[in-house]
Amino acid sequence: MTAETPGFWPPSGPEVVFLLLGVVVLGSALLVVTTRQLVHAALWLVVCFGALAGSYLVLTAEFVAWVQVLIYVGAVVVLLLFGIMLTRAPIGRSADLDSGNRWAAVLVALATAGVLVSVVVAGFGTAYAPLDPGQGAAKPLGSSIFKTWVLPFEALSVLLLAALIGAIVLSRTDIRGRE
Amino acid sequence: MHIVYPVVVSALLFSIGVYGVLARRNAILVLMSVELMLNAVNLNLVAFDVWLRDRLHGGQVLTLFVIVIAAAEIGLGLAIVLAVYRNRRSIDVDRLRDLAEGGSPEVSQQSEASPDRAAVGEDADREARS
Repeated sequence: MTAETPGFWPPSGPEVVFLLLGVVVLGSALLVVTTRQLVHAALWLVVCFGALAGSYLVLTAEFVAWVQVLIYVGAVVVLLLFGIMLTRAPIGRSADLDSGNRWAAVLVALATAGVLVSVVVAGFGTAYAPLDPGQGAAKPLGSSIFKTWVLPFEALSVLLLAALIGAIVLSRTDIRGRE
Repeated sequence: MHIVYPVVVSALLFSIGVYGVLARRNAILVLMSVELMLNAVNLNLVAFDVWLRDRLHGGQVLTLFVIVIAAAEIGLGLAIVLAVYRNRRSIDVDRLRDLAEGGSPEVSQQSEASPDRAAVGEDADREARS
């Protein structure tokens, strides 16, 4: 298998598409954490999640890509926009979105990026996976969830129910603790 | 597909999320940055699932589970943020220092002076009405 591993240059078609999507993901993520307008951060988050769904498609994980579009772009961002609306955030530019320890945060983030990138390049620099489509379609993924991973799936549904009830209890004001 | 491409993209996305969590003051922006970090983990899981050719699809199934947990987390997180906003009229994480030990005098004054806070709340109510 190592003998037939192609080199890094020239990149194949899927790799070019993936790298372009990666640039979109990283650029929009940077805009999410640096923009001065709260609503724009949520909208750039949509771009970031959409490009991530595209990269899942390139990696042949179709089902995960559609779940990403449905749950992240559809539900999570709408929830965040509701949160922005309910906390009466200013619509225009606001000057105080960044904390005072911004430069320490830049330092920590650069250190994290340096450590992680050097470790993964040293560890997986030569790893190569040929892509064959259909690996992550709904049928094989569904059969593996409901054959092998049934117990975590059911546990997760109970967790989701608990989180739902917890959110309702937290956000209602007429539920008091026992005196 | 060289596995190093998705893995490097996800490492960079994770560190962008770290920066957002540390540098932002608005609690909702902090939650968005947490989502970025969770998505970096998901990209890693999918890439390694494709590389290892898992017959049970452990990586992709775990990605779905992480997405569900992220949905639960964002629901609870927003409920907590809204509860804090209802009580304090602010979701600025730099100013919520009730748990800090021996905070600066200006901060402890702010959290103890209840008439001051009530006045701020009235202001916000008036703004909402107008």
